[in-house]
This record gives sequence, C-alpha cells and structure tokens, in this order.
Amino acid sequence: MTQKKISAVPNVATPSAPVIFNPDICDGCNTCVEVCQIDVFMPNPEKGKPPIILHPDECWYGGCCVNDCPRPGAIKFNWPLQQRGYWKNKATGEVHQI
Amino acid sequence: MSTWHSYFKEKGQAPDWPYPIRFEQEQEIDTDVLVIGGGIAGCWAAISAARQGLNVALVEKGDTVRSGAGGPGCDHWCNAPANPLSNVDPDEWAQHMADRPYCNGIGIQIQCRENFDTLLELEQMGGKIRDTKDEYVGAEGRDDKTKFMISPRYTKVHSYVPWAIKPTTFKSNPDQKLNNVVIRVWGSTFKPVLKKECKRLGVKIFDRVMATSLLTEKGVQGGRVIGATGVNNRTGEFMIFKSKATILSTAGAGSIWLISTELGGYCNMMSRTITGDGTVMAWKAGADLTTMESSGVLRIATGHKHKWYTGAGDASYENVPLVDANGKRLPLPIQGWVDAGAMVASPEVDNKIREGILKGEYALPFYGDFPAMPEVERKATWNLMLGEESTTKIIIKTFNEAGYNPGRDLLQSYKFIEGNSLPQWGEAGYGGGILVDWDLKTTLDGLYAAGTQMFAPEDHSYAAATGRYAGRKAAAYARQIGKSKISREQVDREKARVYAPIKRTSGVEWKELHAGIARVMQYYVSEFKTGSLFNMALDVLKRIEGESVPLLFALDPHKLLRSLEDLSLLTYAQIIIQAMKARKASSAPLNFRRIDYPALDPPEWNKFITIKQENGKVKTGELPLTFWGNMKNQYEARNKDYTGVYKRK
Ligand SMILES: Cc1cc2nc3c(=O)[nH]c(=O)nc-3n(C[C@H](O)[C@H](O)[C@H](O)COP(=O)(O)OP(=O)(O)OC[C@H]3O[C@@H](n4cnc5c(N)ncnc54)[C@H](O)[C@@H]3O)c2cc1C
Ligand code: SF4
Ligand code: SF4
Repeated sequence: MTQKKISAVPNVATPSAPVIFNPDICDGCNTCVEVCQIDVFMPNPEKGKPPIILHPDECWYGGCCVNDCPRPGAIKFNWPLQQRGYWKNKATGEVHQI
Repeated sequence: MSTWHSYFKEKGQAPDWPYPIRFEQEQEIDTDVLVIGGGIAGCWAAISAARQGLNVALVEKGDTVRSGAGGPGCDHWCNAPANPLSNVDPDEWAQHMADRPYCNGIGIQIQCRENFDTLLELEQMGGKIRDTKDEYVGAEGRDDKTKFMISPRYTKVHSYVPWAIKPTTFKSNPDQKLNNVVIRVWGSTFKPVLKKECKRLGVKIFDRVMATSLLTEKGVQGGRVIGATGVNNRTGEFMIFKSKATILSTAGAGSIWLISTELGGYCNMMSRTITGDGTVMAWKAGADLTTMESSGVLRIATGHKHKWYTGAGDASYENVPLVDANGKRLPLPIQGWVDAGAMVASPEVDNKIREGILKGEYALPFYGDFPAMPEVERKATWNLMLGEESTTKIIIKTFNEAGYNPGRDLLQSYKFIEGNSLPQWGEAGYGGGILVDWDLKTTLDGLYAAGTQMFAPEDHSYAAATGRYAGRKAAAYARQIGKSKISREQVDREKARVYAPIKRTSGVEWKELHAGIARVMQYYVSEFKTGSLFNMALDVLKRIEGESVPLLFALDPHKLLRSLEDLSLLTYAQIIIQAMKARKASSAPLNFRRIDYPALDPPEWNKFITIKQENGKVKTGELPLTFWGNMKNQYEARNKDYTGVYKRK
C-alpha cells in the first residue's frame, strides 16, 4: 500500500460542510459565493470548479446559496447532524429523518 | 474537493487568498446621502433618497442581493391597515399597536400609514405580492378580486403574545369583522428586486464593506455627522465616505449572549452579520440611544434550538394543530384562522401540558398535524408561508427533497423536548437602539436611522417603510446643507484601530474573544441582575479591553471583519450594562428584573432612559413614554408633501 504524505493540519471546523456540491453539475459560476451574506465560500482557483467551503462554521443556514443556484442539483443543503428534523408517517407511524 | 481540508489534502497546500490584498490603501467616496447597512431598511432608504435625484452610496457588509435578516425572504407583511381589505383605520390601528409600553410610536405610525404604498412599490419593481397564478384559490383570506392573501395573524388577537396587548373594539370596526391587517407575500422575491432598483436609480453599492465608524465635523463627539469609514472584508481596503446626510440601518446585535466557538454562525432572530456596529458607531459619535436595558428571550439559534428559522423543522406554531405522539390534540393555539392570530400559548397552558407530560397524559414527542389541515390551507402554510419566510425556504426545500409529504406526514415539533432557553441567554439589548425624532433623525445633525437600528424595532414592513421614510427626510436635509471637511486625525485614529489585528499572527482570535464577552454577560448580566454584578461585568469587560483586545489577531480580511465585529460587541455589551445601571427599577415590558430594585414598573420609572457619551463620559437622560405626542397629528404636520406610491419613470 502506498502511503500518501500526511500533513499536520488543525481540526476541521464544525459543522464542516453546510452544503455539498455536485462537481458534475456545478459549473463554477460562483452565484452561491456572491449571495452568501457570511462569505462562507471562496471561488475555486480552478475556473469552472465548485467553490471551496472556507468558513463552514460561520454558516447562518439561511439557504440562499442553494435557493439561488441556477443549476438544479449542483448544490445540496447538508444540515449538521444535530439539526436534522424528523417526521412521522401518520398512517404507518414510521419515523424518518432528513 | 470542496472543503478547505480536502483541497489541502489534494494540493498539498492552502489555496491563495482569492481577492487582491489592499490593507491600508484608501478609497474616497463623495456622496450626498450615505446609507450604512443594505438590508431591508437600508435598501429602501437608498431607493427613496435616490428618487429625490441625489447621489446615494450604500455600504453593505455582505452582498445587498441577499443580505440581512430579510435577505432570504419574508412571508408576512405585518401592520398594513391601509390595505383595501383592512377593516380598521390605519391611525387607530397604529395607536393601538403603540399602546404597548416602550414601543416606538413614530415608527409604528409611519409603518401603518406608508407600508401598503411601500408594498405596491415592491410590486412595481417585480416583487410578488399577490396570488397571480391562482395557486391558492379557496384559501381563507384570499380575495379573488385583488388576489391578495390576507394572513390570519392579528385578525382577532392583536399580538404574537395574546396576553400582552389588551383586546379592543376598534371604533373603525364596530362589528368586529376580522381586522385583515397582515398580508401574505412572496418575500423571497424582494431582496434581489430591491438591489436591482438601487442600481437602476444609480445608487453606488459597496458590497462586502463593513462600515466601522462615523466621521464628525472637526472629528469631535457630538458634532454633525459628515461621513463614515469602512473596510472591505475581502481586500482589506480602507474606505472613506464623505456625505451630507448619513442613514444608519445595520439593525441590532444578535449574539452577545451565545457561546459557541464551534458554531460561529449562531444567531438569534437576526442575521449573523448583525453585531451592533451601527449602534456602537452612533454611540461613539455621541448620539442618544434608548431602551438598551431591555431583554428579549432567546428563541432560535443554529445549533442551540430547533426552530423553523435556523435549522431543521419545528411545527411549534403557525397554523398547524399540534398533537402528541399518540395523535391526541394539544391545547396550544394554532395561530391560523381557528385562533385568529394567537401565536404563543399562555404560561398556564404551557404548564398544563408540562404536567400532562409528567403524568403520562401527553406522550412526547409532539407533532405538527399537517395532514389534518384542509388541503388549500396546508398548501398556503407549507408552500407560501413557510416556503417564503426567510430561512424557512431552505427547510421546506430540504424536507420536500428528503421525501416529506405534508399531506401524509406529521412533522416533529421540538417543543418541550429541547427545553427552554436558559434565562442567561436572554438576548438583552434586543429592543434597544438609536433614539429618533419624527424625521427619523437621531440626536446628531446629519445622522438618521431606520429599521431595527432604531429603538424598539418591529418587523420587515416596518424596516421597509421607515427606511423609505428616512431616505426621504435625509434627502431633504442633504439638499440644503453644504459639505464639510473631514478630520484627517479622526480618520488616522480609526485606521490604527481597524488594522491593529492584522499586525499580529497569534494571540487571541475572534471566536475566543466573542465567547469571552458572552461569558461575562452570562455570568453577570443574566437572570440575577443587580448593581454589584453589573459593576463586576464592567470591570471584566474593561479588563478584556485592556488585556485581550491588544492581543487580537486576524490572518486575512475576513477574519479582520469578524474581529472588528467583536470589538463592536464589546462596546455594545458595555452600553447595555450602563443602561441597566441607569434604570433603578424592574420592568415587565422591558423583561428587566433587578434583585436590588424588585418592584415592577413603579410609576416614577415609567419613562424612557436615554444614554449617550459626552466628552467620553456616559450621560443618561429621560423621556416620557409617549414622547412623540399625538401620532396622527405629528405625522400629518410633517408629511404634507407626501406623494404616496412612487410613479416609476
Ligand atoms: C428567519 C426570519 C424570518 C422572518 N420573517 C419575517 C416575516 O415573515 N415578516 C416580517 O415582518 N419580518 C420577518 N422577519 C424579520 C425581518 O426580516 C426583519 O425585521 C428585517 O429584515 C429588518 O430589517 P433591517 O433592515 O432593520 O435589518 P436587516 O434586514 O437585517 O439589515 C441589516 C443590514 O445591515 C448590514 N450591516 C450590519 N452591520 C454592518 C456594517 N457595519 N456595515 C455595513 N453593513 C452592515 C447587514 O449585513 C444587513 O444586511 C424575519 C426574520 C428572520 C430572521
Ligand atoms: S453551486 Fe450553483 S451557484 Fe454555486 S458555483 Fe455551482 S452552479 Fe454556481
Ligand atoms: S446557507 Fe447562507 S450562510 Fe450558509 S453558506 Fe449558504 S448562503 Fe452562506
């Protein structure tokens, strides 16, 4: 097994990814970067690639990045584990979570 | 490769800062009217000043297109008694809303008179305010002629909190028809069209710029306001704005009580970007503030609470009947047409349910019974109301995509299982703000305020209508005043303050400072309020100022922004405590209870306490509870030239 180089990095911020990009659909237009009131993202240095999530811990969870994305499916909201809502099928009683 | 860490892993290095770095470089902007804060009030202020033909500059910390608490949307256009379906007279409604002690009668009168015109102007710009696609035909409150959708809110009960305002029979509504003063709107369309209208009118927008201080004539406290400074939070560039009139609309402070070094985005009902900046700028410049001693309760915050607004879904109120885990209906108000406006259960009802839970009468968790609602009402609640109400839009979207079906599924409520907010998390300072007169002018010449920035703020349409009004009045002032020379010394002093954190690469970073301030507030300015604890708090905050602030470090322009926000919060915290010290009485409407002065609302203390700085010293004053006089007469005397709905050229 080839061992990749391991760098020393600080802990990952929590929550680490308020959104998940789909690189096959996202064309790197950076609309989400611009509408974010917090500046959670930065444009990817490589043009055409999804933005980089730079300040995930500062996300306000207002959702404008996802709501305003012009390419459906390019960006998906990713609630932190402790914020994921539940629902229950009224007829069967089956419980689901986001 | 879309997180920083995955980028680092793949490339073996951190990405370069994506924007040019311009620390210490200056840009100077000359304008007639300067608007600080491009949220709801700020956009409206800029638009209305620009309509008067003046040069307008708008400074916004985020991007005006979606910034502020109302950036993602708004579903209730509240207190619009001038709408054609209303059954109450606007002035009577305004008077009634202003019956609450420590409200802002000036702002309420402006809202009630002008927010329906404001709404029609939004429609002109492209905002959606009617059911033009006939999606909700048959829904209660829908008027088939105008296609307006009246909301059940306030139709009978005139407050979120039904027991907080006394029931009234309005002279203008003797038959007690539904009041019809709140309109459902498609508010996610609003912010982008406001930005577009600003641009169309030639407003110069400076996005990603945090205003940091006000400039005054001769650089002295109490002098006429003649501009402001700012820093670009992507490039670090220093901005100097020179203006004839300046409007503050940066809202209040949202997170002065909350500690979470991990969830830096935590907030309450306000945007994460709201850190008291405008109030602190006004304070330093010598303007009067008031009601800074009032407290709210912490309702919502990412990571702490599970409310609709900032994370996950909670069917705790708003039109949906709540049932227990076995489907038994709970005696909570619905707020929809059934209860006609009540939104929060009385403490007695809450207690009854709590006891019922302990006795096994009600099984946890509770659920919002969407399937039990009539279909069109369910649709209006899920798609329109929750689908448009600001941060709830994304909640609806994610639930829908995850397979939730409101016609089939019960939505879990977190009432009771998440516990109540800790008393020390009361968002004190909420409700406090800048004192204004009938022109929405502050006590400093050249300085105006609008929206949540003013004392005792209300809601979205209040911010819109008062912004629009302040823009008009500031423009009239700017028209008849010359420019002044700014003080270079004042600019240099501010520059030194602003850039201090970037001179260091280690020490205290912004999250630690924020948490440190919040801890002081939690310990000493919490449920147990008393003079000796206030003094301890002030001592510790001073110590933070003397020992930790000189260690504050910021590695890039964004972290500099967060650091400067903390410095605002640090001052804001001290203002709150000074105001609390000045009110030597407890008060129910201010949610302010002192151990050393326990009597609630003794008559001699039924007055506003004003607070300001003069030559660097704290000075307090007082004003009668209805210092604005007769609302209708005062408004009319000052707005004879009001021309109603703007005729777009
Ligand atoms: C989840 C949620 C749902 C809501 N739903 C409704 C509703 O349905 N109906 C309703 O009536 N109200 C609603 N509100 C309240 C409504 O959004 C606010 O009342 C309204 O946005 C207040 O407007 P404002 O202009 O005072 O503040 P904001 O819109 O918050 O604007 C303040 C602006 O100032 C900027 N700013 C701050 N500091 C600086 C600085 N130093 N320099 C430059 N810019 C700065 C901020 O970035 C922000 O854009 C809701 C709020 C939330 C959070
Ligand atoms: S996620 Fe959407 S908005 Fe963001 S860059 Fe990709 S395509 Fe553009
Ligand atoms: S949810 Fe809001 S704050 Fe979070 S990344 Fe998206 S736009 Fe930014």
